Amino acid sequence: MVCPLNGPRPVLEFAYGGEVRTMPDPASCSDAQWSDYVFNRSGSPAAKFEWWCHIASGFWFVALRDTLNDKVIATYPAQAARERLEPPESLP
Amino acid sequence: MFTAHESLRPSYDVVIIGAGGHGLAAAYYLARDHGVRNIAVIEKGYLGGGNTGRNTTIIRSNYLTPEGVKFYDESVRLWQDLSEDFDLNLFYSTRGHFTLAHTDAAMRTMRWRAEVNKHFGVKSEAVDAAFVKRALPMIDMQCGGHAPILGALFHEPGAIARHDAVAWGYGRGADRRGVEIHQRTEVTGIRVQSGRVVGVDTTRGAISTPRVLCAVAGFTPRVLDMVGLHTPIYVHPLQAMVSEPVKPWLDPVIVSGSLHVYVSQTARGELVMGASLDPYELHSTRSTLDFAEGLSAHMLDMFPFLSEVKVNRQWAGLADMTPDFAPIMGVTPVEGFFLDAGWGTWGFKATPVCGKTMSYTVATGRNHPLIEGFSIDRFARYQMTGEKGAASVGH
Repeated sequence: MVCPLNGPRPVLEFAYGGEVRTMPDPASCSDAQWSDYVFNRSGSPAAKFEWWCHIASGFWFVALRDTLNDKVIATYPAQAARERLEPPESLP
Repeated sequence: MFTAHESLRPSYDVVIIGAGGHGLAAAYYLARDHGVRNIAVIEKGYLGGGNTGRNTTIIRSNYLTPEGVKFYDESVRLWQDLSEDFDLNLFYSTRGHFTLAHTDAAMRTMRWRAEVNKHFGVKSEAVDAAFVKRALPMIDMQCGGHAPILGALFHEPGAIARHDAVAWGYGRGADRRGVEIHQRTEVTGIRVQSGRVVGVDTTRGAISTPRVLCAVAGFTPRVLDMVGLHTPIYVHPLQAMVSEPVKPWLDPVIVSGSLHVYVSQTARGELVMGASLDPYELHSTRSTLDFAEGLSAHMLDMFPFLSEVKVNRQWAGLADMTPDFAPIMGVTPVEGFFLDAGWGTWGFKATPVCGKTMSYTVATGRNHPLIEGFSIDRFARYQMTGEKGAASVGH
């Protein structure tokens, strides 16, 4: 995996932090929206934006990874990922 | 052993997706106990080729929640005369089951599980280190010095069985009662009209049916996408491996949550070993060296004399995990669509009771009382059935 801070590192040095998801506003969303956010997941295989951490340096970043074949398509520092996340079509 | 059917009929009373243990058991009990025989079991691969043939064959009922204990205890009861029921030897072998505790916190959970178990009539006892040493004289009680064994949860009915034969037994029994098993047939879509299931599209043509049971383990999210249902299910690979055959030396089933190991010795003498889930989502059954290395190291902590024993084979299955480590079963918001899923790392032992309860649920349209704690709507009610403390190892 290519860490945006440290370059290519063995995959053992990384920890998975789950899919990048948008939290609904807890003050205004319904109970159903909130439980959907808390529990439900996009379980099918796809290219997904995920949080990963390079453990040795404690650096969190976002990887676009295909969960069907474990291919990492791209990695971004969190800030760059946030800017690119909307809309996802703008990705390289 | 099974009839190969040339083509699909245009319609069935029930279509079951997935010819693993769970799907075939449901077909078997639907045909035997509920008189529903016009059933197709659709399987994209081969019979029993998924997690039914990939688990580590352990059967136990020493769970943590009342819902779980009652449910798995009924399963153990069904297991015990299944060989006779099928007229097929499942090599069901009651071994006793030790869940080792290496910390005070683990001992506390063992006592908790023992008390819940005993309350429901399940034979479980929290035992001390001396009891473990007497039962397992070959174990290194210090586990290499860094994880001394303080005690265990001893579960007398713990057993193993020959997993492939379970699918064959249910499959043959269903086949003889007129159920059609269609292997190498993939479901490509499920037709829903006005919130009701009306049919299933497959690679060998379309079928109309009012009832569909989905029992596809790691493929559940993909099938749920076809009917637009959302669940917390996420898929991680679970790996296992088996050693070369050695003389019989290990009678009970041994589990260590702290060392992330579960192991039993088969009738052929092989050690069947498993560990925790792979640490991230993946829909692939590849094997990794990390897993074999890590598991071997922990095996040697307990049993250092195995250092010359070779690993014969390694494999993986796709575990459909849930946040509370309990399954998701029963009726769904889509009428006629029934779910038997979220079986993560704990599905094999539940095969008979899943067949029993899901066949009742499909036949009557109502959740069987034993599965009410596992319904799909529990998440929206924030009512988990927290079973993580009874998982074999900390996943």
